[in-house]
Amino acid sequence: MRKILSMAVAIASGLALAGAAAPAKAAEKLKAAWVYVGPVGDFGWSYQHDQGRLAVEKKFGDKVETTFVENVSEGPDAERVIEQLARAGNKIIFTTSFGFMEPTLKVAKRHPNVYFEHATGFKRAKNVSTYNAKFHEGRYVLGQIAAKMSKTGTVGYIASFPIPEVISGINSLMLGAQSVNPDMKIKIVWVNSWFDPAKEADAAKALIDQGADVISQHTDSPAAMQAAESRGAKAFGQASDMIKFGPNAQLTAIVDDWAPYYIERVQAALDGTWTSTDTWGGMKDGEVVMAPYTNMPDDVKKMAEATQAAITSGALHPFKGPILNQKGEVVVKEGEVLADKDILSMNWYVKGIDDTVPGK
Amino acid sequence: MLDAAILGAVFASIVAAATTLLIASLGELVAERAGTLNLGVEGMMIVGAAVGYATAYGSGSLLLGTLAAVLAGVLLSLVFAGLAIWLATNQVASGLATTILGLGVAGLIGSNFVGTRLDGAPELVIPGLTDLPIIGEAVFGQNAYVYASLVLLAAVTYTLARTRIGLVLRAVGENHAAAHALGHPVRGIRTLAVMFGGACAGLAGAHLSLAYTPFWASDMTAGRGWIALALVVFSAWRPLWLLGGAYLFGAVSILQLHAQGFGLGIPSQLLSSLPYLATIAALVVISALKHGQGAPASLGVPFVPDR
Repeated sequence: MRKILSMAVAIASGLALAGAAAPAKAAEKLKAAWVYVGPVGDFGWSYQHDQGRLAVEKKFGDKVETTFVENVSEGPDAERVIEQLARAGNKIIFTTSFGFMEPTLKVAKRHPNVYFEHATGFKRAKNVSTYNAKFHEGRYVLGQIAAKMSKTGTVGYIASFPIPEVISGINSLMLGAQSVNPDMKIKIVWVNSWFDPAKEADAAKALIDQGADVISQHTDSPAAMQAAESRGAKAFGQASDMIKFGPNAQLTAIVDDWAPYYIERVQAALDGTWTSTDTWGGMKDGEVVMAPYTNMPDDVKKMAEATQAAITSGALHPFKGPILNQKGEVVVKEGEVLADKDILSMNWYVKGIDDTVPGK
Repeated sequence: MLDAAILGAVFASIVAAATTLLIASLGELVAERAGTLNLGVEGMMIVGAAVGYATAYGSGSLLLGTLAAVLAGVLLSLVFAGLAIWLATNQVASGLATTILGLGVAGLIGSNFVGTRLDGAPELVIPGLTDLPIIGEAVFGQNAYVYASLVLLAAVTYTLARTRIGLVLRAVGENHAAAHALGHPVRGIRTLAVMFGGACAGLAGAHLSLAYTPFWASDMTAGRGWIALALVVFSAWRPLWLLGGAYLFGAVSILQLHAQGFGLGIPSQLLSSLPYLATIAALVVISALKHGQGAPASLGVPFVPDR
């Protein structure tokens, strides 16, 4: 009896050992995870991040195993999702929305051996990097085009949430517009959502009805582009090239290309050279890409291309002085440019915007 | 700052925004009047949007797409009916499961169509009438879904109040035991009512993906199914009040966007919450005016016949 029992124990422990060994073998494959705020099918922000993930899969093949969780709401729910991914053995986790900042940091504290990458945030830790793209560079070009193309002298702006990333986009567009037409007007509508196609379409229609004839958006679906197309207005695509949704409406689009960054970071995790960094790539780094300039006369196209080239080369900075705030006070002096940290914490409008920042 | 052209455009947008809600909530109202609470509206709506878009994209016919959307809504409603009516499971849990299932299935069906577009449903043009100031576009310049929603409203109102089938349906919702004793097939009638709800939710989804924003994106219903559910309570289960509720909700959600465009200086977060605040306020007023809330007495109670 005792013999049988000890045999059973031996077999059981042998099995346990085998069981323990199996995951260790699988762990040679680096597990990477992405957390998205919207659905991957939004054809906007989350879609572009997922294109980056697919690029990682394509590049590394079976050396990497990727997963993603979509539609994660910003807040406590995000912490649960990120925690689960960390426990599931992911070595590197990309959290791709501003509102995931605090949840990412909290989970990172509990999992010091996991690398975290938070998009668009400003708080870092030993195992938390931040990364973002200088979308405001693209928006400066949009502003110039809008000022050239608008007959009513009014550009409409569909905004999501009053956070620095969005506000700096509005300011940059306006500075670009003013460089062409100092009297350019802007109408801003906040939809308080990143993704609600019907509401985005309603906002675009409201702006067009109120006299805006060029629409810019900082929300994630192509609904506004489509609404502009059906009403004969012009518009700028957001995150993806949306020319299919506005063949006669799209002037250009700011396309997010995260693939170079994701490949670089996953490579670092594979090599064991990963360190906490703060990356803010722009046109120069290939992270902010402009879709082809369409539906505009040649002179406007030439101007846009020249501005894009100047920003890429560093000759032009969207936030170069002199810049005045709404009260007319000088914020950036002549010959200076706004520091990155001030762009990343921007909560004021430039002179010429006839509106107030929500909550101010 | 408000001229006739803007006013006309605002009214037209309000009608369009209210239509999705009106169609979906009419269906749910019928299901609830028969005594079944189906929380799966959001799920049936998104499946309708996905299947409708996929079919219209593949066949090039908006009519086929719309029919497929209705059929898809009915099919998903049968899943709910099978659970909640025939197996007498908890209606709240079954409804939530239906919504979650619907969101997943719709994402799967739609995944091949992300980034594609369609020409949306055309709008009516009657020379002379559509150009009328202020109300012209709102009344005479809408797409077929808008007019269908009003026909549907008239049909539901009449059927519930004036016909024998309406009377039987209400009897089943008020007291299923008595209706059963009189020989009415309680579960069969409830199933038909739930199927009608599914058809309406599917049609509302088609309105979104084929007319309102004619493309497919996951989760494009963005909670409108839940608002439709709230509107049924808001209407105190009366179709005509539902019309008022849907248009009030549509009006507030469109007007707040215009208020921002005019730069009225009201915080946008407050403006965004106005439609919901208006709904809550109306609920308070309604319940203060009346003794009961007017809910069907057997609402949410599973029916299990003795033999």
